[in-house]
Amino acid sequence: MKTARAVAYWVGAMAIWMLLTWTMNPATLVAGAVMSLIAALWFGRELPVQPVKLLNPVRWFWLLVYVPVFAWACLKANVDVAMRVLSPGLVLRPGIIKIRTSLKSDIARTFLANSITLTPGTMTVEIKDDVLYIHWIDVRTDDPEVAGRMIKGPFEKLLARIFE
Amino acid sequence: MIDTLGWVFIVGGVLFNVLGCLGMVRFPDVYNRMQSTTKSVTLGACGILFGIFLINGFTALGIKALVCVLFVLINLPVASHALSRGSLIFGIKLWKKTIKDEFTQDRGGTSIIGGEDE
Repeated sequence: MKTARAVAYWVGAMAIWMLLTWTMNPATLVAGAVMSLIAALWFGRELPVQPVKLLNPVRWFWLLVYVPVFAWACLKANVDVAMRVLSPGLVLRPGIIKIRTSLKSDIARTFLANSITLTPGTMTVEIKDDVLYIHWIDVRTDDPEVAGRMIKGPFEKLLARIFE
Repeated sequence: MIDTLGWVFIVGGVLFNVLGCLGMVRFPDVYNRMQSTTKSVTLGACGILFGIFLINGFTALGIKALVCVLFVLINLPVASHALSRGSLIFGIKLWKKTIKDEFTQDRGGTSIIGGEDE
């Protein structure tokens, strides 16, 4: 298990090295391989994903679905902030509320928190196990269930298909 | 043609950055300011980097810009989360018109709602 993680880490680090240098010079490639190997031996067991899951094409397909959904939400969030900034009065009803998530693994929860931060009007403040505390710039409901649905949107289902 | 599109992305990114800075001046407390800056600067920086990629194409510079888009998308939300969480635990006051604060309630601390407009 640890060996597989280290190998996956090595491949990933080497891929990033090749993207950053963007050359097929043998000396550069050998240097990159050695550096990636040192990094993999040092941090390989810290890899947060199970390497078996990386080989499943269905997960990669859902990742491709996730990217445009995420980009659209990010653009909407920016237009939302622009409207609030340019309006004459301060149209804010801020508050910190808590919602629950059904995701289990750490990496899925991390991506959910990041997605929530970049969607309109919400920012993740704290994660404890399956509870997320959200700073919401415009609190529209008191019911935690409804609030959870409004804030998480389509992300939770997509991330469950990618990471779980 | 592709150069023009790249410049459109760069100008759009700069505009979103300016709006984020305006929000930082206008909004009343740390947490609302953090929201405005995080969202605007993420899209602004990614727009500028993507414009650079479009202008330079698949060269060393363009690919570096694309990889940086990924790093920015992963790291900026984490930074804003860490800063706002630190502010809450330290007791930086929320704006006086804040509706509720379940975080401080659950930790059993005294309420920190009541910050004045700065």
